Amino acid sequence: MSRFTRGFTGRSRGAEASRLPPGQYDTGTTWPVLTAEPTPRLSIAAWSFAIEGLVERPISWTWEEIHALTPATYHGDIHCVTTWSKLGMTFSGVSVDTLLEIARPLADATHVLAFSHTGYTTNLPLADVTGGRAWVTWEVDGRPLPVDHGGPARLVVPHLYFWKSAKWIAGLRLLDHDEPGFWERNGYHDRGDPWLEQRYQGD
Amino acid sequence: MTETSAESPAPTPWQFATVVSITDETSHAKTFRLRLDRPATHLAGQHYVIRLTAPDGYTASRSYSVASAPEGSPELDFTVERLDDGEVSTFLHDVVQPGDELEVRGPIGRWFVWNGTSPALLVGGGSGVVPLAAMLRLARRTGRSDLVRLVVSVRSPEDLYYGAELPGPETTVVYTRRGPHGGTRPPGRLTAADLPLAPRRAVTAYVCGSAGFANHATDLLLDAGIAATAIRIERFGPTGPT
Repeated sequence: MSRFTRGFTGRSRGAEASRLPPGQYDTGTTWPVLTAEPTPRLSIAAWSFAIEGLVERPISWTWEEIHALTPATYHGDIHCVTTWSKLGMTFSGVSVDTLLEIARPLADATHVLAFSHTGYTTNLPLADVTGGRAWVTWEVDGRPLPVDHGGPARLVVPHLYFWKSAKWIAGLRLLDHDEPGFWERNGYHDRGDPWLEQRYQGD
Repeated sequence: MTETSAESPAPTPWQFATVVSITDETSHAKTFRLRLDRPATHLAGQHYVIRLTAPDGYTASRSYSVASAPEGSPELDFTVERLDDGEVSTFLHDVVQPGDELEVRGPIGRWFVWNGTSPALLVGGGSGVVPLAAMLRLARRTGRSDLVRLVVSVRSPEDLYYGAELPGPETTVVYTRRGPHGGTRPPGRLTAADLPLAPRRAVTAYVCGSAGFANHATDLLLDAGIAATAIRIERFGPTGPT
């Protein structure tokens, strides 16, 4: 970047600035809601989460069943591709590792397609949802996850741009190839690493 | 939901654009006309990212919808609302002048787009009218106003963008706080009665506005029998996925 913008100095870079990936700003206490589809009306009674595709044991959990698994919490930052980041959030639910230990991925599984009760999809390398880096969550900052933010449950993969953290999550399909999801087919990056600014296809 | 396209798009590189003119739309919104170094054809509803860079390399970028119709021009209109705490919008409003160069990237987004050939119900709240204006302008320019119906909800006449251009048989303006002198509809929140729904079963709805407005408008559409899969939404702040 050889040219700067006439007259632009930007906001003071606070102590939090080093926590922000390039091109991101701290949204503070607000949490923007950005969704391309109607907010669904999901009932806990009908809710389910499934793991299917290339696993030894395809399986589906009800709301009660998934709550009986070992709980897990993510505490840290999230980064939206529209350039806001929200620092110091706490999401509670269950680790995707716990779910995959039960479903047991086959050796040829390399990617997952996360799918939602709305039909939304997003694709991730299997390695990005294992090793303590992804959760299925139903609480944020100690309260039930609001429906606008993906409740009753959403995927949280905080080391990638937050569109990968599918709202209203319904399951993971394990694949032996990468299969672009909703935003990825509409111009956004297949992996979406905020530290590499992988915002759009070709980045 | 379904997708608009399955092909993998080409990368959209950053480029510079020159500010050609700045026009007041309301006391809080200005339209910036930018001439692109390398023009690209956009679809009605798409957006660009505008990136500001400080001398020390610090950057701030936000997405802004294109307000102008696709018409092969190297000049694009972006209407920007000034948010008091908006790092980019306050700079654009308070500092940028005609002749300045801004770094832009786009067009981006292939979900909230209208192809110009299918029935569309456009529902915008406040500055959410901007991408819908591109769709209305496209419809009028191509002589297909029969395909679109636009409903815009604003607080008062002073908050309406494109006020001189909007009126027409295909548009409705709803005032939530205070209507124009002589208006017949009492001011109030958007209702199902404000939406031209009945004869347009195959319609795709495009809803743009704040999260609260988008949820309200979407509920009205769902209650009226529009399928969730036929509703495309762009919620503020900036546009795009989370």
